[in-house]
Amino acid sequence: MSEETKKITITINGRELEAYPGETVLQVAHRSGINIPHLCYLKDINEIAACRLCVAEVEVNGRRMRGLPATCVLKAEDGMVVRTNTKTVRKAVRFNLELILANHDMNCPTCVRNGTCELQKLARERGVESVRFEGAKRPVTIDDLSPSIVRDSSKCILCGRCVSTCQKVQGLGVLAFTNRGFDTEVGPAFDFSMRDVNCIYCGQCIEACPVAALRERRYIDDVWDAIDDRDKVVVVQTAPAVRASLGEEFGYPIGTPVTGKMTAALRHIGFDYVFDTNFAADLTISEEATELLHRITTGGVLPMITSCSPGWIRYCEMYHPDFLPNLSTCKSPQNMMGAIIKSYFADVMAIDPESIVVVSVMPCTSKKSEAVREEMEVDGLRDVDYSLTTRELGDMIKQAGIDFDMLEDEQPDSVLGDYTGAAVIFGATGGVMEAALRTAADVLTGEDLPSFEYEAVRGMEGIKQASVTVPLGGVPTELKVVVCSSVKHAGEVLDAVRKGDLSCHFIEVMACPGGCIHGGGQSYVSSSERMSVDPRLARADALYSEDERQVLRKSHQNPELIELIEKFLGEPNSDVAHKYLHTHYHPRPFYEQKAVGAYDD
Amino acid sequence: MAQTSHCKTIVDDDPRYEELRSFIHSHENKDGIAMTALQEAQNLFGYLPLEVHKFISKETGVSVAELYGVTTFYSQFNTEPQGQHQIQICMGTACYVKGAQKVLDKVTETLGIEVGMTTPDQLFTLNAARCLGCCGLSPVMMIDDDVYANLDNVSEIPAILDRYRKDAK
Repeated sequence: MSEETKKITITINGRELEAYPGETVLQVAHRSGINIPHLCYLKDINEIAACRLCVAEVEVNGRRMRGLPATCVLKAEDGMVVRTNTKTVRKAVRFNLELILANHDMNCPTCVRNGTCELQKLARERGVESVRFEGAKRPVTIDDLSPSIVRDSSKCILCGRCVSTCQKVQGLGVLAFTNRGFDTEVGPAFDFSMRDVNCIYCGQCIEACPVAALRERRYIDDVWDAIDDRDKVVVVQTAPAVRASLGEEFGYPIGTPVTGKMTAALRHIGFDYVFDTNFAADLTISEEATELLHRITTGGVLPMITSCSPGWIRYCEMYHPDFLPNLSTCKSPQNMMGAIIKSYFADVMAIDPESIVVVSVMPCTSKKSEAVREEMEVDGLRDVDYSLTTRELGDMIKQAGIDFDMLEDEQPDSVLGDYTGAAVIFGATGGVMEAALRTAADVLTGEDLPSFEYEAVRGMEGIKQASVTVPLGGVPTELKVVVCSSVKHAGEVLDAVRKGDLSCHFIEVMACPGGCIHGGGQSYVSSSERMSVDPRLARADALYSEDERQVLRKSHQNPELIELIEKFLGEPNSDVAHKYLHTHYHPRPFYEQKAVGAYDD
Repeated sequence: MAQTSHCKTIVDDDPRYEELRSFIHSHENKDGIAMTALQEAQNLFGYLPLEVHKFISKETGVSVAELYGVTTFYSQFNTEPQGQHQIQICMGTACYVKGAQKVLDKVTETLGIEVGMTTPDQLFTLNAARCLGCCGLSPVMMIDDDVYANLDNVSEIPAILDRYRKDAK
């Protein structure tokens, strides 16, 4: 019998269970409905047996293994007998939780992870009602200099999930275990702030963190202040991926689309106008597809690379400045939307643009830093004033006392309220590419093509390639495209392009694995949940199903977009378009200037 | 530990960078290169400031933070310039019982620096050691590779230190 088909039987808590070769005891237990507590374990990313909460009593061939092995790294063996619910194990788990808590800032009621904290949940479930150890605590570092991410060492339990995620998923290694023993601290080198190092603010570390040691910088109170200010007109826009995750904040299954309720909630909160960033996604396609065709026909710099993902932009500026000319000059939908709200929309509605406050709700922590980029303004007006995450919007809805469940579906406001199915899928890896292809193919053939679903660019693989034949100047031409998600994969693609191993016309990059649906601002998915659900697939389904429900599914068919072009822009890539909708990039060195005394140490 | 180099100023086009680069690229197996590269760099530069971390990061692909994690884990690595002479005072059990604290106090009093610090003239760096492995000679102090044994009479210490001052002149 081959190694793959060899059956292994193990016994966990008296139940005989079948295991696959190479599977760990933790995995077998989990899919058999036996929960084993764990904190440092993060499926496929961090399996290091550090927290000692997944321990069990184990017998192999009738002999007891020494001590209590950690089941997250213990491979199942035929005949193995595992007990996770004995007095010894229960005592050890509780004891180990107490040890972790001994050096943890336990101000739970004022903690942003209160209710979503994996440590808090386990302490409660495991009956830790007091902590016996009162010893020294590590010195505290709170690094809140970046516009996106706060690092708080007082909450850190040294599980290493962020370290592994940054290293293995993104290939960046911004965070590491520094110093040793009691002084160990997870952070960048030489006590630098995350603002001044190679951090792209993707927030994957926040998604990985079981506690509040890494969290987004929050702007909720600023937004409430703006809403309360009678002189301000507060306009909100929500990114495509937000609708696929916001429901999770209210207990809905992962990937439940809540578009209509979200729109209703935003009105109840008190935003004066509610728009969908999807409108700007359609606008982005109009600008970007035009730019691409222009580059192809005039011998411009190719491959052109998308510029929607601010984490990707930071990465490119830091690591691949030689590719900056390849970046589309299009601003991201977030900023296009802001610029259009404060110009065209203000004009149509006769509102003083100075009085407009643009709030964006994004699945992203890097969008906060994009919003404050110096160049993201027109005539002294910031494109976007505040950028919130999906989680922050969830909190605002709760603060406003809104029963999300009881909300009736509503539609966005008009003028900038229409959107197509092509815009909705922007939130998933491959979505921008598919939207662009839908428009490019129609524009080039001059037809409304009936076949426009590009399956090859969908799915969760890190790097996808496809080609489409389109008529260019009457000649059928093969348009080669590449789609990648996570900056680690983006780096691999750029290296291949640089070496000449890969040649293509157009590359879509999203900084987060799976795209915006799995962005650093989305609802938390615990390590246990991640063992049974891939949030990326569930949320992508939500977007593709909304795309299917739309009557209009190609960006250039958006009626209000057509009106915007006729009345304001003239045509895509016009001078007006360039003034409001395009930008530039610059190399971004890191580990250069160290912040001195700017944060607590 | 004797240093092969005492030049504290590291300039951008320092020839030692080229030496470090060829050292790194002479290793075919890049797995685990971080530790080896840091050791060689410390031999070349005497210590491992940010700039050297950045250089190694660029050459090896290992992130600056990960390198720094290694640097700060092992006590053999220094991120600050080191004195020309390394003083190690054994604080192991045997030496401690035989009066190592008095030895340490005398050295700190004479040099005016605490453990882990370097004298302003960059001549001495003072460290406390766990055990130097020669308990029969306790209390023990080492300066570079020289062992000073049975330091029961701490009044000898200033004279010992003076020898290194004279050598420096």
